[in-house]
Amino acid sequence: MLVNQFLILAAGLFALGVYGLLVRRNIVLILLSVELMLNAVNINLIAFEAMIRSSDAVGQVFAIFVITVAAAEVGIGLAIVLMIFRNRKSANVDDMSLMRW
Amino acid sequence: MTFAEWLSEPANWVFAVLGVLVLASGFRVVTARNVVHAALFLVAALGGSAALFLLLSAEFVAWVLVLVYIGAVIVLFLFGIMITRAPTGYDKTLDADRKLWPAALSVIMFVTLAWASIDAFGARVVADLGEPTTTETIGLSLLGRFVIPFEVVSFVLLAALIGGVTIARRDLEPAEEEQRRAV
Repeated sequence: MLVNQFLILAAGLFALGVYGLLVRRNIVLILLSVELMLNAVNINLIAFEAMIRSSDAVGQVFAIFVITVAAAEVGIGLAIVLMIFRNRKSANVDDMSLMRW
Repeated sequence: MTFAEWLSEPANWVFAVLGVLVLASGFRVVTARNVVHAALFLVAALGGSAALFLLLSAEFVAWVLVLVYIGAVIVLFLFGIMITRAPTGYDKTLDADRKLWPAALSVIMFVTLAWASIDAFGARVVADLGEPTTTETIGLSLLGRFVIPFEVVSFVLLAALIGGVTIARRDLEPAEEEQRRAV
C-alpha cells in the first residue's frame, strides 16, 4: 500500500469538510463538517505512523489526542448551540447577526 | 509502481472499497437535505475510517474511534438535532444559496494537498505492517514520553465538562430564584 493513497483520501475528506463548513447554514451541520475535517487529520496521522513505525507509536498517540479534543469541542459546541437556540429560537447562522455591523 | 501492480495487492482492494465508502458518505454528510441523515452518514464515514485504521494496524485507535465517535459524539449530535428542533424533513434553508465559490475553494484545496503529497512521498509505501501496534505500546507511550500532554488533555476534558454544564444550564428568572430560596 502506498502512503499517498491514504493521504489523498484524507485530502478529499478534508476538502468535503471545508465545503460543508462554508455551505451549511445550520450550526449542528457545521459542527458535523468540522468532525469530518478532524477525521481526515486522524487518517493522515495513522498513515504516517504506519510509514515510519516509531518505537512509541507517536502517530497513534496524537490521533488519540485529536479524538479527545474533538469530543471536548463537540460538547462545548452543542452547549453553545443550545444556549443560542434558547435565546434566539433558531439554529441558523444567518440569524445570528447581533455582533455584526 | 504501475496500476496493475497496485491492483495485485489484496489490501488495496479493501482500501478501494473502504475509500469509496468513506468519500461517498462524507459527500452525503455535506449535501444531505435531512439533518438526521447527515448525522447517520457521518457514522458510515467514521466506521469506514475505523476500518482503514485496522488496515493500517492501528487497532486501539480504531476501537477508540468507534467507542468515542460512533458511541458518544453521534448520540450527542442527535440530541442536539432533536433539542434544537432542527427541521428533520427537507429544508431548503439548510444550505447557503451560493455554492460555486465554496465548491471551487474546496476543489483547489484538494488539488493542492494531493499535489503536495504526491510531490513529497511519490512511491513510498507503508512499511511492512506485520504485527499490529499493541495497546501496551500506546499505554507506555501515553504515560511515559507523552505524560504531560496526556495530563493537559485530561484537564481540557474537565474544563469542557464544567464549561458545557455552565453554558447549557438555564438561568433562573429572578422570581423563580426568590421562590427557590424561600423553600
